[in-house]
Amino acid sequence: MKQSIFTIQSNEKLTDTVCKMVLAGDVSAITAPGQFVNIKIKGFFLRRPISVCDYDETAQTLTLLYKIVGKGTEALSNMKPPHKLDILTGLGNGYDTALSGEKPLLIGGGVGIPPLYRLAKNLIAGGKQPIVILGFNTKSEIFYAEEFEKLGAEVHIATADGSLGTKGFVTDVLKALTDYTYFYTCGPEPMLKAISDCAVTEGQLSFEERMGCGFGACMGCSCQTKYGSKRICKDGPVLKKEEIIW
Amino acid sequence: MVNTKVTLSGITLDNPVIPASGTFGYGYEFAELYDINILGSFSFKGTTKEPRFGNPTPRIAECPSGMINSVGLQNPGVEKVITEELPKLAKCFHKPVIANISGFSVEEYAYTCEKLDKAPQVGILEVNVSCPNVHHGGMSFGTSPEAAAEITKAVKAVTSKPVYIKLSPNVTDIVSIAKACEDAGADGISLINTLMGMRIDLKTKKPVIANKMGGFSGSAIFPVALRMVYQVAEAVTVPVMGIGGVSSAEDVLEMMLAGATAVQVGAANLVDPFICKKIIEDLPRVMEKYHIKDLNDIIGGAHI
Repeated sequence: MKQSIFTIQSNEKLTDTVCKMVLAGDVSAITAPGQFVNIKIKGFFLRRPISVCDYDETAQTLTLLYKIVGKGTEALSNMKPPHKLDILTGLGNGYDTALSGEKPLLIGGGVGIPPLYRLAKNLIAGGKQPIVILGFNTKSEIFYAEEFEKLGAEVHIATADGSLGTKGFVTDVLKALTDYTYFYTCGPEPMLKAISDCAVTEGQLSFEERMGCGFGACMGCSCQTKYGSKRICKDGPVLKKEEIIW
Repeated sequence: MVNTKVTLSGITLDNPVIPASGTFGYGYEFAELYDINILGSFSFKGTTKEPRFGNPTPRIAECPSGMINSVGLQNPGVEKVITEELPKLAKCFHKPVIANISGFSVEEYAYTCEKLDKAPQVGILEVNVSCPNVHHGGMSFGTSPEAAAEITKAVKAVTSKPVYIKLSPNVTDIVSIAKACEDAGADGISLINTLMGMRIDLKTKKPVIANKMGGFSGSAIFPVALRMVYQVAEAVTVPVMGIGGVSSAEDVLEMMLAGATAVQVGAANLVDPFICKKIIEDLPRVMEKYHIKDLNDIIGGAHI
């Protein structure tokens, strides 16, 4: 973990509620896709944990996609370059790409999609062929589908109202697929459980919880697993399918 | 040169800055960030006789200038603390540590204190009779002078190290409880624990915290804590550790002027993991600014 000051380079809306922020700063503490950062926002006591969408070790930039869900993220969405932010980086365990096999599934729901982007990038760089399933409520809420395609991933889209792609949930796409070696997912908990129930392989799931510190000190985000209690912020946010107690 | 050394019940601290229990784990998360031996000491995670997972989540809610927690004394239990946590801590912290202890009966408090009293690393036993997040224990022992005195006596009977009783602000008269602890043999008083608080989520129309209520901490509670430290310090002769909303060297000085010999930093550690380091480094400069040569000269200095 590192505490450092980042400078906002750009901050734009991708949809009505999802924004993309690119920041310049020290990303050396980020070691795995699926990790998160914790951002101090002036006027708010607790930091805001946001998953890392992408980072560039050479250019020293960090890309975050975040959803406006409350006053803190709303304040974040109003910030303009070159505003500076105090950020803790390199938090959480992240996804383990060593277990992916040749054709892993990457399944993201809504604002759970961002950490899968860097994961897809790393898997493709490692010669794997990830299949990506992205779930949204409706067509107007879709973001980053093209970016995944540009990486060279096979992309499937599900919308709850059927306005684009498969009508229904990510699991409706998942059920039709059988030729995959592993799965990685991030999204709302009911989605994670549904995926865990119908996936035919082992996999890794990224969880969300209200956090105090984000680095393992306060025990605010603990959960029970088959291997004992774990802190979502420090021992997670990524847990393996086999250890989860639903 | 200024003097930041203070003495608590015969234990000299390099400075009065002490991370508060529950905000610093067993130390090693922070030892990855900086050399925690710069701290005066620290109070480790509240420990009970049996292992505890704690309360359901969500356990955390944000407030203006503060937060609510309802962790519920998650800890591995005193046996594992002694056999696993303390040996790990020994590698990164070489000063006497403060053992924070909770329980659900007088016997449990005494049992856990007796065990930790024998751990060589432990300098002070801090007996928490003020946790707001557990039922049938914790705070219920700290809301009457009689119950607090009973715990104090039971712990003193089985220990040799200094015993500080950590008090709850969720009482009508904290001074009478502090005095009862002193009369029962307490070597010092730590105050305050968190204030009972609550938030409601407007989207779900239900409490944010799974356990409905929790302990409110953070800079918002500093004035309440300072007032109670002032009142207690005036009424007792034993040393006081001031706790509650401290997040700067200036806050440390205010707490000491109110009568604290040492000062604990709580919720601020969770927002800025380097806050204790920053306060310690800042303290000499702020002392000079206010013409303070020796911290011992200002303890209780605000009392007329």
